[in-house]
Amino acid sequence: MPAIQSPGTEEIHPDVALVARAKEGDTAAFEQLVRQYERQIFRVAQHITQNREDAEDITQDAFLKAYEKLDQFQGNSKFSTWLVRIAVNESLMRLRKRKTSKTVSMDEDVQTEEGSIPRDFAEWRPNPEQNYGQAELADILRKTIQGLPPGFRTVFTLRDIENLSTEETAEALGLSVPAVKSRLLRARLQLRERLSRHFRQKKEGLPA
Amino acid sequence: MTCTDFLSQLTDYFDGQISPELLEEVRAHTATCPHCEVVLDTTSKTISVYRDNELYELSNEFRERLHTAIMTKCRPCK
Repeated sequence: MPAIQSPGTEEIHPDVALVARAKEGDTAAFEQLVRQYERQIFRVAQHITQNREDAEDITQDAFLKAYEKLDQFQGNSKFSTWLVRIAVNESLMRLRKRKTSKTVSMDEDVQTEEGSIPRDFAEWRPNPEQNYGQAELADILRKTIQGLPPGFRTVFTLRDIENLSTEETAEALGLSVPAVKSRLLRARLQLRERLSRHFRQKKEGLPA
Repeated sequence: MTCTDFLSQLTDYFDGQISPELLEEVRAHTATCPHCEVVLDTTSKTISVYRDNELYELSNEFRERLHTAIMTKCRPCK
């Protein structure tokens, strides 16, 4: 939702003042920034690593690293995008160390064509929210995104869950805009295909 | 518009970055292609179901631990 601006004025993001104060050593200002973004950074780390302990460590490390490097933040991008980039890098590094996944770079896992062509054309009726309780639905959603290659679930998390713009997602991941768009399409289609196993309309009169 | 053309416009469609001409073509295509109509609808639901359901909540215990760490470690590291 773009803010309505009067002509000739440029809206200054409230983070700019907090970052300036934090750069001067005001830890209370930095703590305010932590409060604002701790949930987002944790969600991003948890989605990428799929591990709560790792996500907690990464969240803490990312904020401490951001504080150390505050002088390097030039304000060309949003503070939140800069922070997300730190958290994504820490998360991918953690995945590489864990080596439970063969493909942890943003490039390796996009060679596959899997899921780029839709195969399931069943309608989802009733809507997933009407058909499942909240806990059961959350469980399905967690398990489904877990099955996506890390590069795809990272793009989907930033763009569709955290609502970063395509440009911000590209910046946070160090990818070009076309690369983000192509991964996003495949991530969305793969997730759709996988969710369809749960949400597809059951045929009337047939045993489940 | 073919089904392949439709798929290639899907990202711009969801991101609201599609031109009015192509938007008309997408609408005309889905009106006559039931498969692509389902793909459009269920992909849209895929995005909204993830956006609307918070899957991972920060625990209060961790939040306290995080703030203690920030407040103690950030003074010396400046």
